[in-house]
Amino acid sequence: MIVNAIFFYLFAGICVASAVMVISARNPVHSVLFLILAFVNAAGLFVLLGAEFLAMILIIVYVGAVAVLFLFVVMMLDVDFTELRQGFLNYLPIGALVGAVLLVELLLVVGGWAIAPGVGHAGSASASMTNTQAIGLVLYTRYVYFFEAAGVILLVAMIGAIVMTLQHKPNVRRQNIAEQVARRTTSAIELVKVKPGQGLS
Amino acid sequence: MEAAWSDYILPFLIMVGESLLLLIILLIAVAYVLYADRKIWAAVQIRRGPNVVGPWGLFQSFADLIKFVLKEPVIPAGANKGVFLLAPLVTCTLALAAWAVIPVSAGWVIANINVGILYIFAISSLGVYGVIMAGWASNSKYPFLAALRSAAQMVSYEVSIGFVIITVLLCVGSLNLTAIVEAQNHPWGLFGWYWLPLFPMLVIFFVSALAETNRPPFDLVEAESELVAGFMVEYGSTPYMMFMLGEYVAVCTMCAMCTILFLGGWLPPFPIVPFTWIPGVIWFVLKALFVFFMFAMVKAFVPRYRYDQLMRLGWKVFLPISLAMVAIVAAVLQITGLAPQ
Repeated sequence: MIVNAIFFYLFAGICVASAVMVISARNPVHSVLFLILAFVNAAGLFVLLGAEFLAMILIIVYVGAVAVLFLFVVMMLDVDFTELRQGFLNYLPIGALVGAVLLVELLLVVGGWAIAPGVGHAGSASASMTNTQAIGLVLYTRYVYFFEAAGVILLVAMIGAIVMTLQHKPNVRRQNIAEQVARRTTSAIELVKVKPGQGLS
Repeated sequence: MEAAWSDYILPFLIMVGESLLLLIILLIAVAYVLYADRKIWAAVQIRRGPNVVGPWGLFQSFADLIKFVLKEPVIPAGANKGVFLLAPLVTCTLALAAWAVIPVSAGWVIANINVGILYIFAISSLGVYGVIMAGWASNSKYPFLAALRSAAQMVSYEVSIGFVIITVLLCVGSLNLTAIVEAQNHPWGLFGWYWLPLFPMLVIFFVSALAETNRPPFDLVEAESELVAGFMVEYGSTPYMMFMLGEYVAVCTMCAMCTILFLGGWLPPFPIVPFTWIPGVIWFVLKALFVFFMFAMVKAFVPRYRYDQLMRLGWKVFLPISLAMVAIVAAVLQITGLAPQ
């Protein structure tokens, strides 16, 4: 058990420290890299809880895909962050409001769990089952409509993003691979008998 | 104290020992994989390849290692020093970390975790950070452009690799790599492995693995005739060597993955006497070497793809096919009742 505690404090400590560095680092790219470190350590905490499926999904989705896009955006945008920091006090009330709402929500979740531990408990995950199976059993039976609704929302967002960025410019030469592969010598080459001294007209 | 010794310290020491052993074997294997790559390439082009250092040039990779390590590491003045040095470390460490869950024979695995295949997928999806960090930290436009190209390429082909893995998982019913190999244990031997029923997925996996590890014909990252040397232009000496090492370890990982998913891992080709005498690890290595030979041959005779062709192949060809195959395989398993319980 003491080993568990050591690893918990290691992961939790690095996670919190890197989360602090995300908002305090001067260079925005460093901020994103610290965010990635925080994600990886959160995945480590999931592993300690025995939720290895969630840990791997967290790394694949957030670190492997979402944070890559963050990093792209931050690298490509030429944002002057020292200028942005000038208006720090102006945004303080809004930031404080968002923080307060988040805190209240967290307290509600934790409080509800502490007062009535049985309410949020969805599945009957037995010890013999791997947690991949346990999640699948709950996700595709009890929460199947929420799951499908989430899928539809993501699909709509994806199609929306494609529609917004897709533009068909005229006069763009495109490669039609099916056409190229379907070409035969009969349609591509013409054999002509050329009479001497006359040439082709 | 007695309990602490037997419960924590001893397993920990055993695990450290196993990891070190695997690391040493892996690094020597990588040295000879690199040598084999150059030799095969040379043979296809009717050259001799490395033949000076040691008998038949067998020590060439070690000579290269010493050369790289003894060179002076140069860090550009405008580079972001920390990230610049972190990038090769990230690439190298992640590539090596994937081997923690790969079973080379029955029970010969350092960490036999339940979600082994997801772990490898996660680790290989992190590999893109080494590339982006190197390109950005070099503070030069050529590495940066190359890093963007490379990152887009790696992210694109990960999608189809993911779907290929899902089709195999549908047949197995487990995310554990040992269970995946054992599910292919069939009285028909090699005709019961997944390469036969899932042959289209094997092809997609092989091509995606080439793209994911930036091997030719998808080596647009390096594309030495267009981009100098891709995202690692500014690197030299040991950091450069670590990129190369990470790249070749990733290639070995992909060969091992191909072996485990489609070629029956450590299982002998026929479950009868002369084949079952040979230990599983030898079958595993032989199969992985066969896949690597295919990698090397592709490098030798396929011309490089253009970038738009690469993206077209990933998103317009592989993604729909693999997505359709997930649905088809699931439907077939469900209808025929072959789905694992």
